[in-house]
Amino acid sequence: MSTGPGILAPVTALGAATLRLLGEMGAMFLFLADGLRLIFASPKQIPKILNQVFVIGSKSLFVILLIGVFTGMVLGLQGYYTLVKFGSEGLLGAAVALSLIRELGPVLTAIMVTGRAGSSMAAEIGVMRITDQIDALDVMDINPMAYLVAPRIAASLISFPLLTAVFDVVGILGGYVTGVTLLGINEGVYFYRIQSSVEMADITGGFMKSLLFAVIVATVSCYQGYFTHMRRDGVGPEGVSNSTTSAVVLSCVFVLVADYALTSFLL
Amino acid sequence: MRANSGWDIRLDGLAVGYGDHVVLRDVNALLPAGEISMIIGGSGCGKSTLLRHVLGLQRPMAGTLSVGGRDLFALAGRDFRKVRRRMGVLFQDGALLGSLTLGDNVALPLREHTGLPKATVRQIVLHKLALVGLADYADYYPNQLSGGMRKRAGLARAIVMDPPILLCDEPTSGLDPVNAARMDQLLLDMRANFPGMTIVVVSHDLRSLDAIANYVLMLHDGTAAFAGPVDALRASDDPYVRSFLDRRADEDQRTGVSLAPEVQQALDAWLER
Repeated sequence: MSTGPGILAPVTALGAATLRLLGEMGAMFLFLADGLRLIFASPKQIPKILNQVFVIGSKSLFVILLIGVFTGMVLGLQGYYTLVKFGSEGLLGAAVALSLIRELGPVLTAIMVTGRAGSSMAAEIGVMRITDQIDALDVMDINPMAYLVAPRIAASLISFPLLTAVFDVVGILGGYVTGVTLLGINEGVYFYRIQSSVEMADITGGFMKSLLFAVIVATVSCYQGYFTHMRRDGVGPEGVSNSTTSAVVLSCVFVLVADYALTSFLL
Repeated sequence: MRANSGWDIRLDGLAVGYGDHVVLRDVNALLPAGEISMIIGGSGCGKSTLLRHVLGLQRPMAGTLSVGGRDLFALAGRDFRKVRRRMGVLFQDGALLGSLTLGDNVALPLREHTGLPKATVRQIVLHKLALVGLADYADYYPNQLSGGMRKRAGLARAIVMDPPILLCDEPTSGLDPVNAARMDQLLLDMRANFPGMTIVVVSHDLRSLDAIANYVLMLHDGTAAFAGPVDALRASDDPYVRSFLDRRADEDQRTGVSLAPEVQQALDAWLER
């Protein structure tokens, strides 16, 4: 029996795309495993990791403070006008804190750091690839994975939870500014509701998310940059540009998918 | 006769390429220890591809590649790295790490592979930079330097571990005649300063060939067109060798192709608007 190529073509294309995606995911997982292993390759990794903590963590701090405070203020505003309809505006502190600690803190931090540091990781490593710098490391017998990727993964694992904590704290203060200072909620009630409603599980859940997001963002960004030369949609500077775009888009998508999966698991 | 370090490079029936695409096949040559060998040939003939294989960055499709008497690709991980650590490489644009100063770039292999004190590393780095005339530029970043200076800095990094083999990819390309001559002189200085060092230069610069080469591997039409001493190359009456050395285009490369008259007319009409 013969089926025309026209009928099979979409199925074949879908199958090929699925296989490619699975292959890419598998390669990314192996890339991550190698990166994690090489974090502990030598004590010489410590200064490189600290340098990356500065690049990923410290340099992202300002944007995290800015986004955190405005997110908290918006939450305070929206939460107040929703809760006041039910005469429950006293619960504003709990609403702001739980939203931030469980969900918005880890997710928005990951997305902001993706834009700020993930794109820079992909672009920097991509440029190093197309200008032979990675080959140069290789021939100097310096493992490029250990030199470039492992410190970035380790630094992300350190920086993401800390930035998330900062985001949560300034977000709660932002909610305080709108809820207490501007809209007149009692200061004691605001903080009492936070204290009585936030449990340790909420905080650890938020940090677990931030650790998972750190792994996702660092792995996807470094992977896209590292394999810039293998891209089929562009070479040279165009390849670096596409790698950077892919790093940001894929990181954000994977962060949100992982967020849903982990939230389902944690609840 | 120069000192023989034993670090020669031998290619036996080597075939190299990318994926299924064969770039060079059946390449046989000996790049002798302690001499300056030049791999020459027209643009796109596979010179840099061959160099990537000598560096161990890619596996050959067939044949063997021996470095210092050891089949490079038959060696297991640690032994392979041990041999490769004995090679210093100057990439085409230096391939310096953009985020590090020249001093840190040159110091990198020392910091990664030795436990030398910082002061000693600094002294070695300044010495190597002085050898290439860049002692005053240790604190500069690569993007603050000219192309020629970046190449010289790349050379300083290549020799920082005193390798017995130095491989250079197009060291004079993109340089003005004065800087190109300076780079040639630096390579001659390397041979004088490091007796026994095997130097392999990939180039299509005939002036460099005249100035520094002892041995030549000429690539053409997907294989080795010539391999031997430079004097034998000059005496060769092989048509391609002669056309390369005399800088003449082959007869079959001279084209008399012109645009179809109507296409030329259309183009002219647009250009006259």
